Amino acid sequence: MKKRKINWNYFLIAPSLLISVSIILIPGIMTFAYSFTDWNGLSPNIHFVGFQNFIELFHDKIFYKAIQNNIIWTVLFLTIPVCIGMLAAMLLLTRKKTRSIYQVGFLIPYVLAPSVNAMLWLNVVFSPVSGVLSVFRNMGFDVSSPLADMKTAIYGCAAVDIWHYWSYLTVIYLAALRQVPTDQVEAARLDGCNGWQLFRYIYLPNIMSTVSLMFVMITIGSFLAFDYIKLMTGGGPAHATEVLGTYAYSFAFDSMKIGKAAAVGLFISFFGLIASFAYTKISSKEEME
Amino acid sequence: MAVKSKKKRFGINFVIHLVLIILAVICLAPILLVLINSFKTNVEIVSNPLSRPRVLHLENYIQAWKTGNFSTGFINSIKLTGCTVIIVLITSSLAGYVLSGKRIKGSGVILMYFMMAMTVPIQLFLFPLYYAYAKLNLIGNIFATSFILAALYMPLSVFLMRTFFLNVPKELEESARIDGAGTAQVIWHIMRPVVSPGLITVAILIGLQSWNEYLISSTFLQGAKNFTATLGFLAMNGSYGSDMGVMMAAAFTLIGPIIVFFLCTQRYFVDGLVSGAVKG
Repeated sequence: MKKRKINWNYFLIAPSLLISVSIILIPGIMTFAYSFTDWNGLSPNIHFVGFQNFIELFHDKIFYKAIQNNIIWTVLFLTIPVCIGMLAAMLLLTRKKTRSIYQVGFLIPYVLAPSVNAMLWLNVVFSPVSGVLSVFRNMGFDVSSPLADMKTAIYGCAAVDIWHYWSYLTVIYLAALRQVPTDQVEAARLDGCNGWQLFRYIYLPNIMSTVSLMFVMITIGSFLAFDYIKLMTGGGPAHATEVLGTYAYSFAFDSMKIGKAAAVGLFISFFGLIASFAYTKISSKEEME
Repeated sequence: MAVKSKKKRFGINFVIHLVLIILAVICLAPILLVLINSFKTNVEIVSNPLSRPRVLHLENYIQAWKTGNFSTGFINSIKLTGCTVIIVLITSSLAGYVLSGKRIKGSGVILMYFMMAMTVPIQLFLFPLYYAYAKLNLIGNIFATSFILAALYMPLSVFLMRTFFLNVPKELEESARIDGAGTAQVIWHIMRPVVSPGLITVAILIGLQSWNEYLISSTFLQGAKNFTATLGFLAMNGSYGSDMGVMMAAAFTLIGPIIVFFLCTQRYFVDGLVSGAVKG
């Protein structure tokens, strides 16, 4: 009788673990191994080269440029969309009837594909021939696409990604704000708090865990930045918008240096790992409460 | 006094709406421009992209449909998205059930693993996976690619489904067990009806994400006959980038269905976004 009792739950969790392990974990471990080799993806000879790939990276100016761009990206994303998102969420909180209409409007860029969004901005806004920029040019202003200039290209890419992303934060913040106990808000109102004080002393402390969770998610996401840069500039002009994600990709598929691509991939993961530890900490702390 | 505060309140409301409307305009204006320009000829667009179309050039859409190879593209997109959603729904709901409550040993470790997998960069596993797929001759195989997307979106779906299962009252399962129901019966007859809103939420969230996905699909779906709609559109930009009217029509062919789908499902979509990030 006892022998027949199988715990079926192990069979139920098996498919998801099997897929995840064979597509993420095992190739992940292989990436770790490849980062110490000079494999080119095709040849059957793989040589162990020790830390060669990493040493070469640390002498590589473009690699530092990529890290710098990732940091710029992180700073931009931790400030601009967070502020706009929070402002919009606080404003929407006061609109009970029109809230969901605005929210749907804001979210439309978020649900469109990055490839469509990028092409849309390239052709409709940034293009000096067919975009809004051309209107200014016809009026006689000498404006050129921010993507063509080495100094401004990264900001041009970030602008489009922020345009696409900020409404997600609004939705999250708004949901958190709506859970703030109304009696606290009412009490503060009676005490004569103005709007800013209400936000600073009542709303913000109440939604702090969501805010910090989003901070961590944004930081992780910024080190993974890929889609918009690849689609809009491909890392150019002259590596000016290269980030770690696009740099690793071009090692793997343009110059066929899998070892080096793996090393950059590991480097991204290292940043991601720190952030995801923080994430795990925050969300497990939240679960305890 | 009362009149004054009424006036002040009106002023505040006006400013609030103004800010919100400006934000909405920033969000929607580029998309509106695509719609307007999709009805114009290339000459009209180049002379003034902001002008209204004089004649509605619907032939842009016909031309775009042909050059973007959208009849193949949309079928491929539907295949890729459909397969991904089905795989994710089956595996993540089963896993979510098991991980809600202590049903197996090591569920804490598995949860930790999924939490790490959720934040892993694609570049950590992309390159070996690509060459493994190439060796197995799976590059361009839509079904095989949907497994990658499924693995990518699985952690989030597992957590979402787990939350939905945690909200099912324990008594419901216990009483069914006492009546002699097995695990399969509990899941199919007791749990499935209760968590079906969760299944819809996950399906819509994952469906939209895999429809829009770029990095994996552009890497693994090579060869024009395997292109999804978005990849066909991107290929068009390379080879057909000179006629803006047709490009805009192609862009709106992609934008339109997504907006309609989003408007129909936005409640579930927002629910999914929020329950992934806000606890309570």
